[in-house]
Amino acid sequence: MSFISFPFVLFFAVLSAAYFLLPRRCQWPLLLVFSVVFYLAADARYAVFLLVTVVSAYIAVCRMDSRLKDQERHLAENKSLTREEKKSFRAGVKRRNRITLTVCLVLNFSMLFFCKVLLLPGAAAAAKGTCLSFLSLGLPLGMSFYLFQSMGYCIDVYRGKAKAQRNFFRFALFTTYFPYLIQGPINSYAQLGENLWKPHDFDGKQWSFGLQRMLWGYFKKLVIADRIAPMVAALRITELGGTGFFLLTLSYALRIYGDFTGGIDITIGMSQCLGIPLRENFLRPYFSKNIAEYWRRWHISLGEWMKDYIFYPISVSAPMLRLSKAARARFGNFGKRLPVYVASVATWLVTGIWHGLTPNFILWGMLNCLFIVGSEELSPLYERFHGRFHWKDKAWYGWFEILRMFLLMNFIRACDLFPRVGDYFAGLARMVLHPNFAILTDGTLLTLGLTALDFGILAVGIVLLFAVSLYQEKRGSVREMLWGKNPWVRYSLLFILLLAVLLLGKYGTGYNASSFIYNQF
Amino acid sequence: MKKWNVSLCAALLLGLAALIFVQALVIPKYTGVSRDGSLTAEYYDFAGGNDVLFVGDCEVYENFSPITLWENYGITSAIRGSPQQMIWQSYYLLEDALRYETPKAVVFNVLSMKYDTPKSAGPASRREAYNRMTLDGMRWSPSKVSAIRASMTEEEKDRNAFWSYVFPLLRYHERWSELEQEDFQYLFGKEPVSHNGYLMQVGVKPVTAEHVEPPLADYTLGENSWYYLNKMEALCREKEIQLILVKAPTLYPIWWDQWDAQVEAYAEEKGLKYFNFLDVQAEVGIDWEADTYDTGLHLNVYGAEKLSDYFGGILSRDCGLPDRRSDPALSSLWAEKSQRYSDEKQALEAERDANG
Repeated sequence: MSFISFPFVLFFAVLSAAYFLLPRRCQWPLLLVFSVVFYLAADARYAVFLLVTVVSAYIAVCRMDSRLKDQERHLAENKSLTREEKKSFRAGVKRRNRITLTVCLVLNFSMLFFCKVLLLPGAAAAAKGTCLSFLSLGLPLGMSFYLFQSMGYCIDVYRGKAKAQRNFFRFALFTTYFPYLIQGPINSYAQLGENLWKPHDFDGKQWSFGLQRMLWGYFKKLVIADRIAPMVAALRITELGGTGFFLLTLSYALRIYGDFTGGIDITIGMSQCLGIPLRENFLRPYFSKNIAEYWRRWHISLGEWMKDYIFYPISVSAPMLRLSKAARARFGNFGKRLPVYVASVATWLVTGIWHGLTPNFILWGMLNCLFIVGSEELSPLYERFHGRFHWKDKAWYGWFEILRMFLLMNFIRACDLFPRVGDYFAGLARMVLHPNFAILTDGTLLTLGLTALDFGILAVGIVLLFAVSLYQEKRGSVREMLWGKNPWVRYSLLFILLLAVLLLGKYGTGYNASSFIYNQF
Repeated sequence: MKKWNVSLCAALLLGLAALIFVQALVIPKYTGVSRDGSLTAEYYDFAGGNDVLFVGDCEVYENFSPITLWENYGITSAIRGSPQQMIWQSYYLLEDALRYETPKAVVFNVLSMKYDTPKSAGPASRREAYNRMTLDGMRWSPSKVSAIRASMTEEEKDRNAFWSYVFPLLRYHERWSELEQEDFQYLFGKEPVSHNGYLMQVGVKPVTAEHVEPPLADYTLGENSWYYLNKMEALCREKEIQLILVKAPTLYPIWWDQWDAQVEAYAEEKGLKYFNFLDVQAEVGIDWEADTYDTGLHLNVYGAEKLSDYFGGILSRDCGLPDRRSDPALSSLWAEKSQRYSDEKQALEAERDANG
């Protein structure tokens, strides 16, 4: 069931009514039932993978928790044990827990790897009739997201940072809660856990805010992202010189932003309606002034997951500490940073591979890593520059930095679009060697799947998106601002937004509707 | 109730009313060249009290004139037809019509038997457009739900398009950029375009060459077509209605002899009457120089009147349809219909003659 479908609107309406009308103790079981129905409605075959993840993670969490409790009890009952004996006992528990965790991680990530390697290409092959029907399944919906979340929880329990949830159904709800099931955000148990099963009263303001956010998400997805999608598709396969490549990076930036943040707005909004706040996944990333800031604002939950479960474990691992020591002796300060850079390379490699098992995604990860490490290494140079030219506090310089970062990220992100890395570099080269500015004025733009009206609607949509983002950036919540207005002003604005989604949105018969891009991960 | 709740309820009601208005605005009005999209909805204006109900595609609503049947034989009749109406749509439209009246005879034109599934009836986008012309005008009933489900193309099914039949705004939302004067003019209703379902054409475009189509690999009429014909037959039998099968005498698409033989065998097996008017063109008196407006695809009003006169004789003589002209109330009602028919015919002829 897609968020962009009428059955989903009905599904959510029925759930919301039942959620607040039934006794409060029924709320979380109801969410679990609806989450399962939601997932089964997508494709019942996918549920096998979800079930394996839920059951294996639950068993792992319970086993590790039991051992930790046994350890506590054993140590409490045997106070006469020597320090060495206690240490040895703890080491034994930790070793057994590590084995349990490893088995769980290997099982689940092998499953993800299997799906990415076999099922995803299998879907394309099956379309051509060259593959077994089972392999035509494609990647199970939102698999990475629920798998990352549940595996993160297992690691947290292993580390003793999270309480074990021993109620299987509550655990299942934590993994399968339908708003974030298919495209995140990836939540930690500490941030979310209790909120899922504690009772929630109907709160008119939260309900209204949630609906507004959902509506705004639909606007971004249907009016902006899906309207510009045909242009992205056309520019991908049409060689229009450097200007064409530049427009491709620009239109793709808009499309992916509208698509992904729109989907997250719908997710967070609907959860807010149900009284369950989810973490933010985007904080207006196109306002970032440097690449590190960009990655603190874009797909925040994935970035933090990678940081917590890949970057830190690698950078503080025993081999890294040894490397750090050796490198510091040899290279001084740079040697001190070397383990961090090695961990960064590993993290970005994994992030790239997660996005896709093709060279372009690996290149995408490595380019991000290169610019992050490069920025870090060149920071003394920047400081000298800013010491000489006092522009840093000027407003125009701030906008320059934002524009620079926007363009840089657009060029890096364009890797997504070219499975053959050579095509990507050829596009970049064309920007210098064969700009072809004529396409901006000779009518070519109107042959890219968009009419003049489409461009007009996009322009208005982008201005609105920019204005809202700027307000949020400078002053705070637009919804809070609207809440203070006369209700009729608020209702009118919301109705106009609803009408804009209904009339200007790209959906329905005759339109090759796309699901959310991040569903495929 | 809190003031906040009152204003919220009022806003919701106003918003709903505005959405209904916007939906009514963007729905196609089916005037001008696509006026045959109005036929399904128009049926409800003359439903009830008809002795004969014609069901089928353009081969019924362009070729049979209820006014002629009334004027020449006193037979009350109506047409439940729409463009490229598939057999499953004919079945559900008939089922729907029987909620309003129980005619003595149902006349089904068999051409649509050639299409076994929505997929076999041409490109999906065109099929979808015809589906809308046929189904949007139907009043809501279980028959309409079944008709939609049976008619949706694969693409529509994949996209859960059923709901866009329930809320047409979801289908026509992009029409806001192409609204015309007629969309505002006919927002709350319009004049009828048909005469008890008959769509009048006065143009003349003679047949100039023999129509040729390549032979088929397989002439077997599809299982789905038979399934719905059987349902139609069972429904009529249950309601004690005489089902009459006909094939209008138009020259193309070709009605192959092999198909004809299968329908004839079926009619014989079920004890139904089947008239293939292609076989009796001379008796009907059709002149392909003067009686078609599109080189033999459909009859014009002159051809339709000849065919209706011929068929009226059959209905009276062989099928026992009564002459109702002695009923004063009916006479008065049909006199009005005849007058409107005659006025429109004259007006269209004058327009045709003026335009050359």
